[in-house]
Amino acid sequence: MIDWKLNYRALLGRAYPRIIGASREPSWMLFDIVLPLLGIAAFIYYYRAMGAPEVFTGFVVLGGVMTAFWLNVLWSMATQFYWEKETGNLQLYMLAPMSRMAVLGGMAVGGIFFTTIRAASTFILGFLVFGVQLQVSNLGGLVATFCLTLFALYGMGMMFSSLYMLYGRGAWHLSNLLQEPIYLVSGIYFPVKQLGFWTALTASVIPITLGLDAMRQLMFASPSVQGFLPVEVEALVLAALAVLFLIGARYSLRYMEYLGKREGRLTMRWQ
Amino acid sequence: MVQAIEAKALTRVFGNKKGKGPLIALENVDLNVAEGELFGLLGPNGAGKTTFIKILATLLLPSFGEVKVLGHDVVLEAQKIRPRINMVSGGETSGYGLLTVKENLWMFSQFYGIPGKEAKRRIDEMLATFGLEDKANAKVRTISTGQRQKMNVVRGFVTDPDLIFLDEPTLGLDVNASIAIRNYIRHWVKDTTGKTVLLTTHYMAEADFLCDRVAIIDQGRILACDTPANLRRSVRRASIFTLATTPFDGITGLGGLPGVSGFESTTSEGRVEMRFSLEDESVIADIVSFVTARRAKVLSVSKGEPTLEDVFIQLVGRALG
Repeated sequence: MIDWKLNYRALLGRAYPRIIGASREPSWMLFDIVLPLLGIAAFIYYYRAMGAPEVFTGFVVLGGVMTAFWLNVLWSMATQFYWEKETGNLQLYMLAPMSRMAVLGGMAVGGIFFTTIRAASTFILGFLVFGVQLQVSNLGGLVATFCLTLFALYGMGMMFSSLYMLYGRGAWHLSNLLQEPIYLVSGIYFPVKQLGFWTALTASVIPITLGLDAMRQLMFASPSVQGFLPVEVEALVLAALAVLFLIGARYSLRYMEYLGKREGRLTMRWQ
Repeated sequence: MVQAIEAKALTRVFGNKKGKGPLIALENVDLNVAEGELFGLLGPNGAGKTTFIKILATLLLPSFGEVKVLGHDVVLEAQKIRPRINMVSGGETSGYGLLTVKENLWMFSQFYGIPGKEAKRRIDEMLATFGLEDKANAKVRTISTGQRQKMNVVRGFVTDPDLIFLDEPTLGLDVNASIAIRNYIRHWVKDTTGKTVLLTTHYMAEADFLCDRVAIIDQGRILACDTPANLRRSVRRASIFTLATTPFDGITGLGGLPGVSGFESTTSEGRVEMRFSLEDESVIADIVSFVTARRAKVLSVSKGEPTLEDVFIQLVGRALG
């Protein structure tokens, strides 16, 4: 039987270091707000120099905002169990009676909180500095799509974290493999439709692809905005991905824990 | 008698690694620890102590054999065991440096579902017991090694487990920090009913001071298991001698002399300190002859009472550290 109260407390407990961490290291303001803004600026000036429609400026800013979540999922969700193992926290998590999903859930909630502050800062500054014009056609739909994207994205991070739990540095290559190519295939800084149907469809496995595409369609009502798929379809796929990743995370974590216990890989070698 | 730990023919084998054969970390271990007992596991590095604890703590699966903790099978009923156990390791670096001592302890208490107010009450109480009240709001990355280990011990006990595994909890600590931790452990077991401790340690004196019973483990096998007094008594038949000499060649030959059942030596600053466990007192004469024949000077000879260290040397054939 699931002890919901225990798991709720465990989730809050694990989320706490990430939530409080945001206020304990002010240097993040430089690294997490100012530097990403410079990256965004480069693309914006590139588009402007090419005479691209002004709506592309908004595309880039939104891409920069969602990049924050993608990097958080990749380096602070997926890889987190590797670090937890190094510090000895992992064995304490595995020793405790709460569900391992509660730990991952706590990491996700804390990560979303922390990254939302960063992303919101980038969003506001980006829109103010570059004068982006918003034409939101459906605010409720936009919020729902954003939430679905985060569910699916963090669900994927939770699933990957089980790999890191067992394979440690070996799984590192996965993050490297996923980081740079995703900027291209997910259409972070341009409409993914430009890549052609099959490439875009394949890239849709990464939730940020359809999430960005749907949000762009909802935020910028302009003839230049041509979505890859209708927003409703993209939202449905995102919902399906979220469910699939969360279920996948649960089973993958359980299996990896079993393998780790069998092979003695849940704890540090020296211990 | 209710058993907190029951291990029957427990074996743990780690797989082949790059051409090396399988490593047998534990071999046919039979061991029972009663509820309310403070039980010690003594052994050198690589003896299998930590592997044993990790199996009991549901972090590692046994290869063969049956293990029950608090009446539940570690493989099939791990979920029933986990709310009732905890573990503290020496040199642990768990927690988050950005959080304060109190926040870290609160976080770990939440993994056991302890209500917030109750968790805070227990944490305050235990921080006071360990003299850490003034560090309660200090970030973990700013406190000393000893303070950190005290915090780890608080983490282990704050969930009020029925069985706690302490894996070399005083490793590398100064005398005061070690005494504080030992005293707490001792009182925790003696002043409450049904609480059990399984302690692994390198320190013979610690095991002697704390434990109701001690098992000596080497190369994955339990060599002896009894109360410290009975274990010492078992070597009382032998005579314990300490001999100090000037350095000489062929010192290892002493261990092979007839009548020598245990031997260890240390050399420092032109002085060799040797400790012998002898089957008969008369053997000391042969030892002195052996030494003087190699032109070494005998600086002192004394006869002593056996310690757990002597028990260990006699059983394992070498010193622990």
